[in-house]
Amino acid sequence: MYRYDAIDKTLVNERVAQFRDQTRRFLNGELNDDEFRHLRLRNGLYIQRHAPMLRVAIPYGLLSSVQLRTLGRIARRYDRGYGHFTTRQNIQYNWPKLEEVPDILAELAAVEMHAIQTSGNCIRNTTSDHLAGVTPNELEDPRPWCEIIRQWSTFHPEFTYLPRKFKIAVTGAPQDRAASLVHDVGVHIVRGPAGDLGFEILAGGGLGRTPIIGQVVREFLPREHLLSYLEAVLRVYNLEGRRDNIHKARIKILVKSLGIEEFRRRVEAQWESIRDGALRVDEAEVVRMRGFFDPPAYRKLVNIDPAAGKEAAFRAWYRYNTAEHKIPGYRAVYVSLKKPDVAPGDATDEQMDLIADLSDRYSFGEVRVTHTQNLLFADVEQEKTFELWQTLVRAGLATPNIGTLTDMICCPGLDFCSLANAGSIDVAKLINDRFDDYDYLYDLGELDLKMSGCMNACGHHHVGNIGILGVDKGGEEWYQITIGGAAGADASLGSVIGPSVAKADVAETIARLLDVYVEQRRPDERFLDTVRRLGVKPFKERVYAAPVAA
Amino acid sequence: MPRQLLRDGRIAADDWTYLTEAANADAGNAEAAKAGVLGSAHPSNGIILTFDQWRSDVPRWRAARERLGVILSPADKVEQLAPDLSRFDLVGAEFPGPSEGRGYTQGRLLRERYAWRGELRATGYVRRDQVFFLARCGFNSFELPDGDLEAAAAAFSTFTARYQPSNDLGLALTLQHR
Repeated sequence: MYRYDAIDKTLVNERVAQFRDQTRRFLNGELNDDEFRHLRLRNGLYIQRHAPMLRVAIPYGLLSSVQLRTLGRIARRYDRGYGHFTTRQNIQYNWPKLEEVPDILAELAAVEMHAIQTSGNCIRNTTSDHLAGVTPNELEDPRPWCEIIRQWSTFHPEFTYLPRKFKIAVTGAPQDRAASLVHDVGVHIVRGPAGDLGFEILAGGGLGRTPIIGQVVREFLPREHLLSYLEAVLRVYNLEGRRDNIHKARIKILVKSLGIEEFRRRVEAQWESIRDGALRVDEAEVVRMRGFFDPPAYRKLVNIDPAAGKEAAFRAWYRYNTAEHKIPGYRAVYVSLKKPDVAPGDATDEQMDLIADLSDRYSFGEVRVTHTQNLLFADVEQEKTFELWQTLVRAGLATPNIGTLTDMICCPGLDFCSLANAGSIDVAKLINDRFDDYDYLYDLGELDLKMSGCMNACGHHHVGNIGILGVDKGGEEWYQITIGGAAGADASLGSVIGPSVAKADVAETIARLLDVYVEQRRPDERFLDTVRRLGVKPFKERVYAAPVAA
Repeated sequence: MPRQLLRDGRIAADDWTYLTEAANADAGNAEAAKAGVLGSAHPSNGIILTFDQWRSDVPRWRAARERLGVILSPADKVEQLAPDLSRFDLVGAEFPGPSEGRGYTQGRLLRERYAWRGELRATGYVRRDQVFFLARCGFNSFELPDGDLEAAAAAFSTFTARYQPSNDLGLALTLQHR
C-alpha cells in the first residue's frame, strides 16, 4: 500500500497544528460558530445530534493492520468503544469531544492517516473497487490512480471552496463495485482504440434529492492527462456550479442544465489550455505509484475446495462471504459487519483489534473497507479460510450474508444524524428479525437493500434493488419504498412503489415484494431482473392489496 | 489612517482607494465630484473600480489619468476582462462570504492563462485561514481585519509541503517530483 514520505508526513502534521490552533480560537471565542463551521467541516468534524461526529479518511478503503489498531484505540480512548464504517470507505466516530479532536488527529497522523476533506464543499475521499488488484478480470489495478488523485486533490488550493461536495470513484474492472455511476465524477480504466489503457470519464451522477446517473464526458482519455482533465472538470464546476441553492449546487445539476454536450464543450475548452502543462502524469510517476501496490509475496499454490466435507455453516459462509481471487490458491474474504443485532457498518474496538491481528496472520497485514460497509481480507490462502472462519464466528464477524438481503447499506439515521427524518438502524433490526431464515435468504439470491434516513441518501437507497427512505410525516417516521435500483455497471434508479408505509409495516412490505419475486421469477433470475422485466405494477398491487395485519 | 493590508507577505499601508470610498469622501464636495476628481483624501492613490463600474464607462476610464485597479465579483468572467488587463495596475477578486470559492479560479486564470504579473488582491471575507490557499492561487495582496494581519502574515507557512504545482513565489509549474 502507499507509504508516506516526508512530504505526506509534513502535510498531515502541519494540518494537526493548524486544526489545533483553529479549535483553540473557537473555544476562546475568536472564531464564531459559522466561521469555525467552515473550517471544521473541511476536517471531517460535524456537530451532530448528541455530540461532534468525526469522519476519518480511509483512502480508497485501504488500511494496514497498524492503522486499524489505531482506529480501534481511538474508539476506545476517545469514543464509546466503536466506530461506523461508511459508504465512502471511511470511518466515523459518533462521540468524540471537540477539544480532544486535535489529539485524535495527532494519533492518526502518526500512522499516516487524517480527516482532511472528509466533509465540507471540497473534493472528498476517492473511492474504488474493494477487490482492486485481486479480482480476476480487471484491466489494471485502479489504486495507483486513486493515490495520484488523492494527492492532487488534497489541499488543492483552487478547489477547497466548491459550490458543494465532490466525490470521485475509480474502477478498473467491468463490474462496478464502487457505484461510480452515481458519483460526481466516475473514472473507468478502459482500453483505447489503439489498445493502450486510459480512462473513460463520467460526470454528473449523484444521489441525494435529485438522483441522476452519470454521463460520459470523454470516452477515452490518455492516461497522462488524468489530472489535467479532472482539473478542467472541477474548474468548470467551481466557476459555474450554482451557489444560490444548496439543493441545486452539485455538479449533476450543472451537467443536467447545460446538457452533456455543452458541459463537455466547456470542459474540453478549459482542458485545451492546461492539457500539456504541469499536471501531466509522466510514466516515471505512474511506475513509482504502481510500486506501492505491487502484489504481496504470494505462495505458489493451487486452487482447492476448502468447503468440501465441511459443515454446512462453513460451506454457506465460504460461498457467500468469500470472493474469487486471481492468484491460484487464494481467496478474498469478507468480514461481515451486518450482524442482525448490530447497526450495519459498526465495529467495536475489540473487533478492530482482532481484525488487525487476523490480517497480519492471514492477509499480509492489510484490510479493506467496502462501500457496502463491510471489511475485507483481500489475500487469504484458501486452505486457511476454515480456521479464519472459526475465529470470525467467535467474534460475531462471520454472518454469512454478503450480497444477500440482510447485507444492508444503512446510514446512521435519526439515532445519530441531525439531518435524518427517521431512524434506519432500528428498521434494519426489524428487517433482520423478520428475515432470519438463511435458507430463504439464500434462495432469494443476490439482492441488495439500501436504506437512508433522509433524502440526502447517505444509504444510497435510490440504487438499492430495494430502497428504503425515511420520511417525516406529521412528526412520525414513515418509509418510502423503491424497487429496481442498481449501483453497478448497469446502474439504475429505483421506482417508488406507492405511498410510504409506517415503520411497523416495513418488514411486511418487503416480504410481499419478495413473494411476488419468488412466484414470478424465471430460473436463475435475480430480483433486480424480475423487477426490470415485470415493472413495478405487480409488486405495487401486492403490497397495497390488503392492509398490513397488525 | 490608511487601510492596512498584507502585500507580498508584509503588512503595508494601502495606496489604493475604492471608487465608492472616494465618492463618499467627495460627497461634501460637489465641485470635485462633478469634475470627476477622485480620491481627494489620498491624492496619489490609485482608484479601484468594480468590473461593473469599469464596463459602465470604459472610454472615460481608459482616458483617466489615475492608476486603475479592478475587482471582479464572483460571477464576473476573467476572459471578459482579459483584453483590457494592460490598463490596470491592480486586479482583484471579491469573496463575499466564507463559502465563496470562484475567486480562487479567477486568480489562477489571471496568473496562468493571462499572465497577469501585477498586484492580485483578495478582498471581502478574507481571513488568516484562507491566505495560504489564496497565495497558492497567485494572490499576493490581502485585505484582512486588522486583528488578523500579523497572524495571516505567519499563515503563509501553514504548510511547508505541497502536492500540486502552484504559481506562488513565482515557481515554475511542475508536478511535485520525489
